[in-house]
Amino acid sequence: MASISPDLGHRELTFVDRLRGIRWGLIALITAIACLGFATLYSAANGNLQPWSEKQMTRFAFAFVPMIAAALIDIRHWFRLAYWIYGLALVLVVAVDLHGLVGLGAQRWINLGFMQLQPSEVMKVAMVLALAHYFHALQTEEVGRVSKVVVPVVLIVVPVGLVLKQPDLGTAVMLLVTGGVVLFLAGVRLWMFAVGLAAAAGIAPLAWSMLRGYQKARLYTFLDPNTDPLGAGYHILQSKIALGSGGLFGKGFLEGTQTHLSFLPEKQTDFIFTIIAEEFGLIGGLALLALYAIVITYCFAIALRSRNHFGRLLGLGLATNFFLYVFINTAMVIGLLPVVGVPLPLISYGGTAMVTVMLGFGLLMNVSIHRDVRISRLGESQLG
Amino acid sequence: MAREMQRQKSMTRRAALLAGGQALLGAALVGRLYQLQILERDRYTVLAEENRINLRLLVPPRGRIIDRFDTILADNHPNYRVVLVPEQTGDIPATLNALGTLIEITDADRRRVMRDAKRHHPFIPVSVRGNLTWAEMARVEVAIPELPGVSIEQGLLRFYPYGASAAHVLGYVAAVSDKELTGDPLLELPDFRIGKSGIEKAEDLTLRGTAGTSQVEVNAYGRVVREIGRAEGQPGQDVVVSLDMALQDYAIKRCANEVAVSCVVLDALTGDVLTLVSSPSFDPMLFSNGLSPATWQELSTDPRNPLQDKATAGLYPPGSTFKPVVALAALEAGALTPDTVINCPGYIELGDATFHCWRSGGHGPMHLHDAIKKSCDVFFYETARRTGIDHLATMARRFGFGSPLGLDIPGERGGLMPTRDWKLATTGVAWQQGETLITGIGQGSVLATPLQVATMAARLVSGRIVVPHLVRPAGLMPAGGDRAPPNFAPLGITRQALALVLDGMNAVVNDPQGTAYSARITDPAMAMGGKSGTSQVRRISEYEREHGLRKEDEIPWKDRDHALFVGFAPVGAPRYVCAVVVEHGGAEAAGGSAVAAPIVRDVLVEAQKRDPGRRVPHPDTVAQAG
Repeated sequence: MASISPDLGHRELTFVDRLRGIRWGLIALITAIACLGFATLYSAANGNLQPWSEKQMTRFAFAFVPMIAAALIDIRHWFRLAYWIYGLALVLVVAVDLHGLVGLGAQRWINLGFMQLQPSEVMKVAMVLALAHYFHALQTEEVGRVSKVVVPVVLIVVPVGLVLKQPDLGTAVMLLVTGGVVLFLAGVRLWMFAVGLAAAAGIAPLAWSMLRGYQKARLYTFLDPNTDPLGAGYHILQSKIALGSGGLFGKGFLEGTQTHLSFLPEKQTDFIFTIIAEEFGLIGGLALLALYAIVITYCFAIALRSRNHFGRLLGLGLATNFFLYVFINTAMVIGLLPVVGVPLPLISYGGTAMVTVMLGFGLLMNVSIHRDVRISRLGESQLG
Repeated sequence: MAREMQRQKSMTRRAALLAGGQALLGAALVGRLYQLQILERDRYTVLAEENRINLRLLVPPRGRIIDRFDTILADNHPNYRVVLVPEQTGDIPATLNALGTLIEITDADRRRVMRDAKRHHPFIPVSVRGNLTWAEMARVEVAIPELPGVSIEQGLLRFYPYGASAAHVLGYVAAVSDKELTGDPLLELPDFRIGKSGIEKAEDLTLRGTAGTSQVEVNAYGRVVREIGRAEGQPGQDVVVSLDMALQDYAIKRCANEVAVSCVVLDALTGDVLTLVSSPSFDPMLFSNGLSPATWQELSTDPRNPLQDKATAGLYPPGSTFKPVVALAALEAGALTPDTVINCPGYIELGDATFHCWRSGGHGPMHLHDAIKKSCDVFFYETARRTGIDHLATMARRFGFGSPLGLDIPGERGGLMPTRDWKLATTGVAWQQGETLITGIGQGSVLATPLQVATMAARLVSGRIVVPHLVRPAGLMPAGGDRAPPNFAPLGITRQALALVLDGMNAVVNDPQGTAYSARITDPAMAMGGKSGTSQVRRISEYEREHGLRKEDEIPWKDRDHALFVGFAPVGAPRYVCAVVVEHGGAEAAGGSAVAAPIVRDVLVEAQKRDPGRRVPHPDTVAQAG
C-alpha cells in the first residue's frame, strides 16, 4: 500500500527533502488543539493569560524544537539509539524512584531548571522505540516463539513496575497497554496474550497491595462516587455536575460557573476537559474529540504507509499512546474510569507531557519522512 | 520480500482491529457525554445552581416604638465596630497590639478574636470590638492605613432614648434563644435580636418586619463573588403606644425619692395607659449589648427587684383602696343603704377574735359617706360581714380584681380575690367569717397590682368596664390626638351607687376631715378625689398593741407597710386616674395619705396640665364627661 516516491527511492534524503516531508496538516491540527487549550486555560484563570495560558503558549512554542528535530534526524539514528534511549529513560525512572525513597511522598519528576521532567513520560516514547527496534530486528517467524517474547515483556514490565511504585497508576496503565498493543501489532500470538492476562490476574492482589491508600480510595469512589461527596468522590461528582450542567451548547466561553467558582479542583490540569464541556457543551466536547480522532487517524495513516517495520510499529505505538492519553483522561473526567492522573494531551497545563507528546509527533513525522527508507535488521541503511 | 509483505499484511489487519477497538472506546466516550450533558442535564443543572447560589438574608430594620405624641421611645442607632479580616491581616497579635494603643481591647477580646479567626474561613471578618465611641472610631479610622485588614463596620443597635424610664413598658431585645425559634430564618442569624419583654415582645412580629434576600454567587470556599438578585424585605413597622412620655418622665422624677414605687396613670374613658412607672428600673440597652454575668447577678438579686414591672406584676394587698368595691357590693346586695349608720368603737368582735380599727379610739357612729372619708375599718368590717364574701368577690371581679386585665404586654399578673371555693381548694379548710371581715378592708388574702387599683378607679368614674391598653391600633389616631373611646360595656351599677362612693372619695381629699386632705389639689378646676390605703406586710402583734407601735425608722424596710393611693381628676368630670404604690412606704396607717397621695396629686396636676387624652377632643368624650 505504500507508494514509492520515484525520486526518493534511489538516493539518500537531503535536508531539504526532509523539510519538505514535514506534515504541515498534522502541525495545523496539533496547533488547533493547542489553541483550544490556551483559550481554556485563559478561561480557567477567569479570563487571564496568567498564570497558565501564557506559559503554556511558550511551552508549546519551545516544544516545536524537539518535535522538528525528532522529525529531521535520520530514522536509522533513532533505530540505532533506541535501546540507549530506553536505557537512559529507565535510569531516570529509577533515579526518581530512589529520590522518592529518600524524600517523602510521591515525587515523579526531576527539576531541570526550566522545566520539570517526568521520566515516566519520556519512558512512554522510549519504550515504543525500544519495542519497535526489537521487533524490527526479529525474523517474522521468530515472533511466534515464546522465547522471543520474553525480552519485550521484560522491556514493558520493568518500567511498568517502577512507575507503579512511584506510584503513578495512570502512566503505568498507559505503558502496559501501549506495550501490549505494540506486541499485538508485531504479531505475537493471541494465546500468549491470554496467558499474560491470566498471569496479570494472578499478580493482581500483589499490585493491589502496592497501591497507596488514596489510590484505593479513588478506585472505591469510582465504583460509587456518591458515597463520599466531599472526600475522594469530590472530583468526580463536581466534574459531572460541571459537565452535565453544560448541556448541548454549553454556558459560553468564560461563563462556566462551576469551574470559575473553584468547585472543580485541578481544573487547569487533569480536569480541563470539564471546562471545555461546561462552557461549550456537548458540541464543544465532541468537536475536541473529533479533532483528536482526526489526529489519531492521521497518525495511523502515516504509520501504515511506512515501508519499514520499525516505522510502522513506532508510528502505531505512538498513535496508540496518544489515543490512551485522550481516552483515559476523558473517561476519568466523565466518570467512566477511576481518577488516575493522566493529562489531556496538548491542552492540560504541564510541561513534560507537552514535550513528550510533541516529541511523539516529531517521531511520527520522522516515520512519514522516512517511509521509504529501508532499515536493515542491524540498522544500516538500505535504499529501496 | 514475500515474508516482508506477509508481515505487513498481518500487521495491517491487526492495526485495523486496533483502530476498531479505539473507535469503540471513542464511541463509549461520546455515549457517556450524551448521557451526562443531554439526558441528565437538568439534574446536574440543579446541582450546579445549588453549588453556587447562596441565599443571604437582609435583616430588616426593627420598627420604632413611638408614644402618643410622636416621641421616639425605641429606635435603632448605628453601632460602629472594628473588624479584621484574618487573611488580610496576617500577624493578628501584632495588629491587635497596635489597635490596643488606640482603643481598649481586653484579654477576653483578644482570645475571642484569635479563636474566631481560627474557626472561620480566613476571609470572614472577625469582630474585634463593638460600641465604639465617636472618638474611638476616629482614632481607628486615622490609623487604618497602618492596620492591614482592619476596617470599621456599621451595624444597628437598639437604642432607647429614655433609657431606664420606660424599660418595663418597652421591654428590651436580646439574642434569640432556642425556644423562640419559629422557622423565621431571621431568628437564626447570629446577631439577630428578638423582643424579650414589654412592647418589644408583645409586638415583636410587627416590629420585626420580614427578611429580604440577596442571592449571591459563592465559590467553593463560600466567598461571595457577586450578587445575582435581591428581594427587599419589609422593614419592621413602627408601633404607637398610648404612653405620654413627658408625663411618664414627670412621674419618674416625682417618684425618685422612694425606694421602690409604681405609678399608673390611665385615661379613664379610653383605657389608654398614659404612664406606667416601675421604679427602680434597669437600662434596657444592657440587654441589647449582651449582659455581663456580673450585671445580671446584680440585677436579679437586688431586693428592690428592678427587673419586675411592679405596676403590672407587683402584688400588694389593696388595703383601704379596696373599700369602694366593698361599699358597692354592699349597696347592690342591699346590705347597706346610704343612710345605714354603723357605730365604730375602735374595734369589732367576732367570736373570740377582735378586729381593730386603724384609729384606736374609734370613729363613733357614721354612715357610708363618712366611713369612706375617714376610711373607718370597723364600718367596713361590719359592712363586709353583712354583705358576705360571695357578693364581695363578684363585685371585685367586676372591677378587675382576681384575674389579669389583659394588658397588651406580657407578664401582667392577676392578683388574688379570695372566694370560698378558692379557700377550700388551696387550704382544705372552709372559709371563716373573720376572713370576710379582713377582706372588707382589702387585707388578708386579697392581692392586686397597681394597674388593677387604677383600673378599679377608671371603672368607678366611667361606670364602664374599662380595659387598659398600651398599643394603639395603627392608622386610627391623628398625631397627638385621641381616637374614639372604645365602646366599653357598662358595669351595670346604678349611677346613684357610683355617685355615693365617688362623693365619699371626693371628701377623702377635699373635706378637712378626709384622710388625704393635706394632699388635696388647691386649684378647684383640677381637684381630685381618691382613696388612700395602707397595707400591712406583717401582723401587728398584741405586744405592739399594748406597748405602742414601733417608730417607722425602727422597723426594717422590708417589714414596713405599703402605702397606696388611688385618685381621679378632675373631680367633677373625671378623666385621669392615677394609682401609686410605695413599697414599704410607711409604718403608720397614714402611709397612704402621707406618702402616696402627694405623688398622685402632683402627677394628676401634671396630667391635667398636659391633658394628653384631650389634645383633640372627641364629642363622645365631652358628652360622657358632662
